[in-house]
Amino acid sequence: MTSLPENTGTKLGLVIDLDICVGCQACATSCKEWNTGGYSAPLSDHDPYGADPSGAWLNRIHSYEYTRDGTSGTLHFPRSCLHCEEPDCVTVCPTGASYKREEDGIVLVNPDTCIGCKLCSWACPYGAREYDHDDGVMKKCTLCVDRIYNETLAPEDRSPACVRACPTGARAFGDLGDPDSEVSRSVAARGGFGLLEEFGYKPVNRYLPPRDRQPDPPAPSPEATPTPEPDGSALEALFAWVDRTLTARS
Amino acid sequence: MHPAYSVIFFTTASGAGYGLLFWLSLATAIAPDALGRWPSLAMLAVALVFVTAGLLASTFHLGHPERAPGALSQWRSSWLSREGVAAVATYVPAGLMGLLWLLGLAEGLIVPLALLTAAGAVATVYCTGMIYASLRTIRQWNRRDVPWIYLALAAATGGILFGLLGGLAGVAGRPIPMLTLACLLVAAGLKHRYWTAIDADPGAYTAKMAIGIPGLDTLRPLDAPHTMPNFVMREMGFTVARKHAEKLRRLTWIALFAAPALLLLLGVLTGLAVPVYLLAAISAATGVVLERWLFFAEAEHVSQLYYGRSRA
Repeated sequence: MTSLPENTGTKLGLVIDLDICVGCQACATSCKEWNTGGYSAPLSDHDPYGADPSGAWLNRIHSYEYTRDGTSGTLHFPRSCLHCEEPDCVTVCPTGASYKREEDGIVLVNPDTCIGCKLCSWACPYGAREYDHDDGVMKKCTLCVDRIYNETLAPEDRSPACVRACPTGARAFGDLGDPDSEVSRSVAARGGFGLLEEFGYKPVNRYLPPRDRQPDPPAPSPEATPTPEPDGSALEALFAWVDRTLTARS
Repeated sequence: MHPAYSVIFFTTASGAGYGLLFWLSLATAIAPDALGRWPSLAMLAVALVFVTAGLLASTFHLGHPERAPGALSQWRSSWLSREGVAAVATYVPAGLMGLLWLLGLAEGLIVPLALLTAAGAVATVYCTGMIYASLRTIRQWNRRDVPWIYLALAAATGGILFGLLGGLAGVAGRPIPMLTLACLLVAAGLKHRYWTAIDADPGAYTAKMAIGIPGLDTLRPLDAPHTMPNFVMREMGFTVARKHAEKLRRLTWIALFAAPALLLLLGVLTGLAVPVYLLAAISAATGVVLERWLFFAEAEHVSQLYYGRSRA
């Protein structure tokens, strides 16, 4: 079970547009809301309203400042499981609880056989797996496997909770193994990329880079500020005296 | 990486236990009658107590210890599973060997059982080392020499235990301290090379690679995703101050390598066994726990690139 499938024709995954993500955390909270009652239930929290809150979340949003080609910007960066094609988080599992589905490539943890050894989280370079201290098993993004095939939901709701919740449409869900799918086409059009490709797990999820911007306007310099000509008034003499006095004292 | 006490105790105690089991089995295979029935049985019991205590401790950090038998199933891909299989398998020849000693039976069967037990001990410790060495996310662990360091330290600490118990039973032989000394020196050499190498390696991955956007000039974390540390930060983000690490490395050199080696030499020269081995055992035990703590504390995880580390 822990051995990886030879080939998954379908590669379900997310495409996240970093150009329009506003960092509102709606994807993270809707993920938590769905999954604490869904496949991954419970997603336990400790001291949630106290001084040291912590808990298992499957989606985390970082914010950065970046510069690129003379432009600068703020970047909101959602991070969750990338459902890699060749991840060691699956092969290191001693029980077979961590597995990759042959039919659609989703990487899941079986909560009934996981022994909570945490080795899979050690094997993930993306920090995508979080241990649930109350449940004693590892938790991770399920790509909302309990929504996307769920025929009791309205068709428009059969997508991951994070995608459904995103107010700017920065998240898309689809088959990245099909070059003609809408997500694959947007990746091709926008130069979509994977995270830490150098590492070699072949992540499936893609990110779309921020679009090119106007160069930043030059910062105002003190020399550029015009100084008014002196007019010889009493008020000006007073200010000049105050300036001299203060300069001498300091 | 967070140094979990249960895992440190497990790897050091079971390492010494398998080391003792290895030397006992090797001595039995070479000269089945040299140690005598009851000293052999006593040493086997001590070795299995160390091994079993370690294995039990390792289940303390599991979320569901009651499901641990399931961990024997994935030996095709998982070094942790292979370690479990090797550990359980080693009990079989070791237990049969003990049974034969207990009943005073079948001299001829002892040798193959002893060889199997020795092989099982080596295989189990090798698998323990490979659990860490197979993780590409941690450059301080993902090295060819890691399982060999585990093996050399298991042989050295087990050899000291073997010498101590042999001395107590009055059956201490000359080759054992020399072999133990050789293992200590090999372990010291490997560990020196290991520390030199990890200090020189700045890490192949950067925060920019972790974000992946092509052509970034600078990248600066602005807001963390959560106000307090989460599991990933607590488990994978443990860091030890460099000056503390250096001090602890020096202590490890003294307690694990220098002091036991000098004591073993003293034992060879003076013929003293028990007091020398007792001191060596206490010193090496302290040293190997320090070494293992550092093995975890100095390990840097690639995921921390998302939490402020610039290289890993």
